[in-house]
Amino acid sequence: MKRRGRMIFFLLSAAVFAGVYLWGLKGLPAVGHYRGPYGDVLNQVATYERHVTDIVTAVNFDYRGFDTLGEEFILFMSVVGGTVLLRRQREEEKSEHKDQALSDESPERQAPEPSDATRVLTLGLVGPLVVFGLYIVAHGQLTPGGGFQGGVILATAPLLVYLAGDLKKFKQITSHTLVEVAEAAGAGAYLAIGFAGLILGGAYLRNVAALGKTGMINSGGTIALINLATGLEVAAGFVLLLYAFLEQTLEIRLRGGK
Amino acid sequence: MSTLAPLPVVIPLSVAAILSALNKFVGRRLSEALAILTTIATGLICGELLLQARVQPVIHWFGGWTPRAGVALGISFVIDPIGAGAAVFTSLLVLAALIFSLHYFDTVGTLFHVLMLGFLGAMCGFALTGDLFNLFVFFELMSASAFALCGYKVEEPESMQGALNFGITNTVGAFLVLSGIGLLYGRTGALNMAQIGRTLGGNLDGLVITAFVFIMAGFFVKAAVFPFHFWLADAHAVAPTPVCVLFSGIMVELGIYAVLRVYWVIFDGPFAAHRWDVRALLLAVGSITAVVGAVMCFGQRHIKRLLAFSTVSHVGLLTIGFGVLKEDALAGVALYVLGHGLVKAALFLVAGLLLHRFSSVDELELHGRACRMHATGVVFFAAALGLASMPGFATFLGESGIIDGAKGIGQGWVRAVFVISGMLTAGAVLRVWGRVFRGMGKADDAETASAKKIDEGRETKAASHGIPAAMFAPAAGLVLLAIAIGLTPGVKRAVRTAAIVMQDRTGYQARVLEHAWISVTPAEEEHTPIGKGLAWSFGTTAAALALAFLSLSPYWPTKHVLVRPVAKTVHLLRAIHSGHVGDYVAFLTFGVAAFGVVLAVLIHLR
Amino acid sequence: MSFFPYAVAAWLFVIGLYGIVTSRNFVHLVICLAVLQSSTYVLLLSIGYRVGGTAPVFAGVRVGTPAVDPVVQALMLTDIVVEATVVALLLALALQLHKRANTLDPDKLKALEG
Repeated sequence: MKRRGRMIFFLLSAAVFAGVYLWGLKGLPAVGHYRGPYGDVLNQVATYERHVTDIVTAVNFDYRGFDTLGEEFILFMSVVGGTVLLRRQREEEKSEHKDQALSDESPERQAPEPSDATRVLTLGLVGPLVVFGLYIVAHGQLTPGGGFQGGVILATAPLLVYLAGDLKKFKQITSHTLVEVAEAAGAGAYLAIGFAGLILGGAYLRNVAALGKTGMINSGGTIALINLATGLEVAAGFVLLLYAFLEQTLEIRLRGGK
Repeated sequence: MSTLAPLPVVIPLSVAAILSALNKFVGRRLSEALAILTTIATGLICGELLLQARVQPVIHWFGGWTPRAGVALGISFVIDPIGAGAAVFTSLLVLAALIFSLHYFDTVGTLFHVLMLGFLGAMCGFALTGDLFNLFVFFELMSASAFALCGYKVEEPESMQGALNFGITNTVGAFLVLSGIGLLYGRTGALNMAQIGRTLGGNLDGLVITAFVFIMAGFFVKAAVFPFHFWLADAHAVAPTPVCVLFSGIMVELGIYAVLRVYWVIFDGPFAAHRWDVRALLLAVGSITAVVGAVMCFGQRHIKRLLAFSTVSHVGLLTIGFGVLKEDALAGVALYVLGHGLVKAALFLVAGLLLHRFSSVDELELHGRACRMHATGVVFFAAALGLASMPGFATFLGESGIIDGAKGIGQGWVRAVFVISGMLTAGAVLRVWGRVFRGMGKADDAETASAKKIDEGRETKAASHGIPAAMFAPAAGLVLLAIAIGLTPGVKRAVRTAAIVMQDRTGYQARVLEHAWISVTPAEEEHTPIGKGLAWSFGTTAAALALAFLSLSPYWPTKHVLVRPVAKTVHLLRAIHSGHVGDYVAFLTFGVAAFGVVLAVLIHLR
Repeated sequence: MSFFPYAVAAWLFVIGLYGIVTSRNFVHLVICLAVLQSSTYVLLLSIGYRVGGTAPVFAGVRVGTPAVDPVVQALMLTDIVVEATVVALLLALALQLHKRANTLDPDKLKALEG
């Protein structure tokens, strides 16, 4: 279709589509009047049954923990997929030095060297960020947060190193093999905890660890353990994705040009 | 509670994680062996689950959260024979694809096997789950692996474009599904399919219709039903052959499976009084899909793209089977998926063999070049006959089931759609056979030459002279299996029993929510005389053969006055398959809007 | 007010579709897909919202205090991860497309026509 034809065709369809969607939305209870029962039941029982205070985490990692397993593997497969898609091809070469890599770009497109202020600020942030990330991972069962949120925060630490220096530094602090193994270990640990539930409790992902005292950091049984596994997987997964993207955009060139 | 139930998902995922951790340390052979063994193990477990499910649907509550007073707290796997059968079939096709890729791909590495195992686990989970949101999660897990597998050949820009078109349209479809799930959750406060179905009861209003349209349209994107099908040809044309086998053989059919499951568990209650409206929509959409796919199929010269359009056409037939909303038609759909998946996988594998041998899958370029590949030619020819639903193939059992069901509700005309689809798709494949394996026709056929030519890069090392057994055996095995299933007595009856279980909404709800023992009554013995069906199917096969030979002969009318309107229509159809993702999404929007309006109007009129 | 958030969800879905249909750059197009997805966030969160309800975190709050639905929040978390990963995959594809075809404009790619 030509642009104009496509536009008219789409606008007409979209108007009807919006009508259909609104018609459906009209059947929902008014906003602010959630009727349950799923969420209400969980709000009432989760703290007693799982000794956690953050119900969202209990839903994510226990009641509907299998969804989260699938979700973790969506991330896992995307990281593998990203690595596969951004892999170096035979006809491509890799330049190790940053200057050389960027030499084929026009001068105005070259990134300036990071200033001292950037360097100090970003490197200074690395420590606090790692601590904060670990805190978020570890307190998932108590306060908002958990493996996913904390993992993403942890993954930004190496990115800050890249901002302060260059890709070489970034690669120095992230051993690719180690991160790959860490990612798989995080994903594998989630599966292993599930198997423990199957073997000891007869149901996959059954919470078989000691539940601890509500409000304490060791509460929640396997919820806390799964949070740690997820934190590891997410942090490592995002580092791998960043790694693949940075390598592909900054280092890999088709022979003799782009 | 069965402890076997989670294994078809978690075992492939576990091995995927292990392989990925050892990526740098294991060689290609070891990772191949592990992947193949895992797939066999998964298939065997699914087979055991199938045997158990024939007695009673198997339930597993993850985390041990059994429902309380009819409220599901956790996620359940609910494994009935059809779901388990889909999982077994998935494992079988993954196995065939893995064996085929033993000698394939230069760059095949451990990560390819990781993606394949992830894809396997996702498809099994998709077939076994009883939770609506979990279905969405597996839908996305399937997509994440599939996008990467589709774009595996990163060196070709067409490959990237095809994978992007695939990824974007399917993601829009996924969010349609999720919005539909949101609507249902807002109404019922439940995510378990049985509980949603029970809570909805028989109430039908705008919300339920919209949710149905969104969820159905979203899964129809995966299933490649018109007008959501455009991505399929692009993705198939560029994906590596073993991946095409899985896309056409099972992934697309799982889209239909999801709609079937959701309809029979959730929406059959609300639409019970309006079945005829649903039927009208689905029979129309299915027929259009079947005809559009068949016409496009006949006009291709790129063999993989040709086979992809044939898949579109057959998905249309499956949609018709679903739209009949009767148990014999549902059994027919299951058998047709089986038969079609087997022969289509074999056809793709032969296309892969041709690519391996001659570095091309272009029908005209390959003219007469495979004359000496006798055994391969026989497999290709037999698979083409299976595509025409010749009696003796499992596809014939499926076809007769669907048509019997349609006749039961007075819609015998769908036979015509089956004839057109069978004639054109099998005719196109037989034409390829004639040209490539027999050297018939001319190398520069004007009609076909106007079709799009896409250069396909090699997937293997230097052209080899022989064909490795590992590449030939899966194709031959799959065709033989399609015939074996077609000739086994009692298959149809067993599948009918399974279909009755799948349609038993209240039984399903009681089984899931109260863990009740439901009665599984075996379907009664088949009494319908199939003589007439036999004649029709042989007729279709003969017509396909005649069409193929005619199109290769000098008598093929290309400029005749009667042909012109046909040529014009074909031209128009080609024009809308533009490869432009904007067009595809515009059509998607149109499709959802049209589904909604048609259903709303039909229901309001009564 | 009681319908407004739902209308926002519908609007985001349609505007996301508009962006995808009219986009002339695959990177932009992938971001439009993310806009479309944010429609599902809004939808889910508004469904689970309860006037006067607290967050479903009972640290320092008596259990049984009216709270909003935790399930939709958990679903939304899953949804966010799905988005991040799908966007990453699609961007990887776009990157390779640009490298080989030298363009990101869907209008300029003709290889898969017909």
